[in-house]
Amino acid sequence: MTETGSPRDSEVLLLVGTMKGAFIFRSDASRKEWSVEGPHFRGESVYSLFHDVRGGRNRTFAAATSPHWGGTLRTSDDLGSTWSEPDQHTVRFPEDSGLALAQIWQVAPGAESEPDVLYCGVEPAALFKSTDGGDSWHPVDGLLHHEQRPKWMPGAGGLCLHTIITDPDNAKRMLIAISAAGVYRTDDGGHTWAPRNVGVRAEFLPDKYPEFGQCVHKVVHHPSNPQRLFLQNHWGLYRSDDWGENWQDIANGVPSDFGFAMAMHPHRQDTVYIVPLESDMFRCTPEAKMRVYRTSDAGGSWEPLTNGLPQSDAYETVLRDCLATDSLEKAGVYVGTRSGKLFGSSDEGATWSEIAGNLPPIVCVKTAVIKK
Amino acid sequence: MITIELPRALGAHVNGATSLHVEAPDLTVREALAELGRQSPFALDRVMNEKGEIRQHVNLFVDDENIRFIDGLDSHVSDGSTLFILAAISGG
Repeated sequence: MTETGSPRDSEVLLLVGTMKGAFIFRSDASRKEWSVEGPHFRGESVYSLFHDVRGGRNRTFAAATSPHWGGTLRTSDDLGSTWSEPDQHTVRFPEDSGLALAQIWQVAPGAESEPDVLYCGVEPAALFKSTDGGDSWHPVDGLLHHEQRPKWMPGAGGLCLHTIITDPDNAKRMLIAISAAGVYRTDDGGHTWAPRNVGVRAEFLPDKYPEFGQCVHKVVHHPSNPQRLFLQNHWGLYRSDDWGENWQDIANGVPSDFGFAMAMHPHRQDTVYIVPLESDMFRCTPEAKMRVYRTSDAGGSWEPLTNGLPQSDAYETVLRDCLATDSLEKAGVYVGTRSGKLFGSSDEGATWSEIAGNLPPIVCVKTAVIKK
Repeated sequence: MITIELPRALGAHVNGATSLHVEAPDLTVREALAELGRQSPFALDRVMNEKGEIRQHVNLFVDDENIRFIDGLDSHVSDGSTLFILAAISGG
């Protein structure tokens, strides 16, 4: 999310990654009418998009993976009119690591105090850092050489580092999530990382509460209360109030505690959105109803948001990065499905409409608010 | 002389050419790819990953033989032969 200027001066970007390329939707602050450009990178899957306005940039990042030619982190400084095409992949493992990039799963900004810092989470699980606004990247060695790495096991999507959370008050603290290794936190700028999974269930292991090995699907937090984290697990919804030291179950009143996606309200630290799915064996919306759930009390209770969403024959799957909010005062909420439907709400989830209905399978939805 | 045939997607980054000619009587595939990399780092980076392996969905043939079934990167490309770089069947 990015926030700049007043709503009248603002344009909302809705960055949608699919299995066949990226689409950029644009609207004014009313978010009633959307224009669309794309697909960019035809035939390539785009699992991560990010628009960066820090440090005077107006740069869009797209992690595009060709089934043939590998994964490339591309950038555009003109909202997708042109894209970089580096001779050599900029995100690449050192030769002596014995690893090769399979896919970039997340591009995320560094702490507020470091406007030129960005991070990439990749598969096989590793974290890359850029200190020059995304021109060059190097792996974070403390995680690359982590002693527990040999015991990390991949989930269905591969051994991917998909979530990156920074501390707005402390640039040396970060939290990442790996499927299926769980949550790890560093307090020393990435030199050392400790698993932070106490209380998080690993239903698929003999030991249901191991030190690490959990299949965490997404973690979010609000910068105004950074130590409070919300976690959507492979079975289980959790909250931590102490930067991941302990987690407590908050699956209170949801039709399923299985799901992938989770998004934070931009202004309310206790408001979170999820899309529950029926079981890890089915992975579709329960009762064939497309329902986004919202808590406004930090997980004490959850309410379904359904007005404008299909409530019959909706066998939808929503993946981990396919739920997003924008940063306007009345927050927009967006959800993309594996069947290529893109829904949006300009009133925090009270009402919804279909923005697009026939996209390729959607694997990522991100937003930015920029000056017109 | 040996010839390296490139798919169109990569040829666009080798001065638009889909064929390269290398003046050599005999090269291994590895040596031929190194020559490709000198002429187009872009193309080589798309064919091989950072471990120096041919990407999973790229096939290399010396004339009509898939190098996976001969000597891999140590297969020989002889004078007059062609190294074909092809996008394999993949996707959905």
